[in-house]
Amino acid sequence: MSLFHVMNVAGTALAAQSVRLNTVASNMANANSAASSLESTYRARHPVFMPAFDAAMEDDFDADFSLDGAPGVGVEIAGIVESQAPLRREYQPGHPLADAEGYVFMPNVNVVEEMADMISASRSYQTNIEIMEASKQMLTRTLALGQQ
Amino acid sequence: MLDLDKALGTLPHSAMLRSRRAELLAANLANADTPRYQARDLDFRAALAQALDGGQFDADAGLLRTDAHHLALGDADLGGVEILYRTPSQASLDQNSVDVQAERARFADNAMRYQATMRFLDSRFSGLIRAFRGD
Repeated sequence: MSLFHVMNVAGTALAAQSVRLNTVASNMANANSAASSLESTYRARHPVFMPAFDAAMEDDFDADFSLDGAPGVGVEIAGIVESQAPLRREYQPGHPLADAEGYVFMPNVNVVEEMADMISASRSYQTNIEIMEASKQMLTRTLALGQQ
Repeated sequence: MLDLDKALGTLPHSAMLRSRRAELLAANLANADTPRYQARDLDFRAALAQALDGGQFDADAGLLRTDAHHLALGDADLGGVEILYRTPSQASLDQNSVDVQAERARFADNAMRYQATMRFLDSRFSGLIRAFRGD
């Protein structure tokens, strides 16, 4: 019954979008976490999405990146990547974490970008909730067939 | 002799295709933020015509595969319905071709039509029940 599969597909999207919201929250929380060296500085992290194939379907695909024949594919997180944008180096000699020259390293989090990402993620989340709601109504209608 | 299949006409095929289409559109919306994902859909008119022509259309057409070495039929999972890729209306940087607004509209339209199909089926059933009762 493919309407049940709609629920699964929308469910994977909800999970993926919540991971995305999670990384946004983490980036925003650490936007001003200063550090004393390049290595220990927080870097903005972002999830990478990819279409998810059911285990049952994988036989048909032979691990090819092909959507042909797959009725509905969800989404999954392929991994989380750290941004390679340059870190900010600020002169703050009074900072307890300042290095010998008086500099601290600031994360490469772009707050405006994160805000836009957050809105996009929450919109997608809502869209998928509505999809679930609609398919629930369709299923309920189907179950009520012939009952009167 | 009363044939239930004939009594219900095209409605079961229609409901089946509508639910398939709902699944495809839901997959498009789920992958709205996935790079390189290509939106897909089915041509309902063509698929229904094919279903009625074939006459052997089945919700889960195809062979039961109980072993990984069994051969798969072409589009067995979809009962031979051809899945098409959508022509993007607007290019995006990450090569994703999902237009969320358009897909949502299609999903809502499809859901309404599914509900309509269910209502028609319902009235067929109540007609049949009345005929069986004979009162």
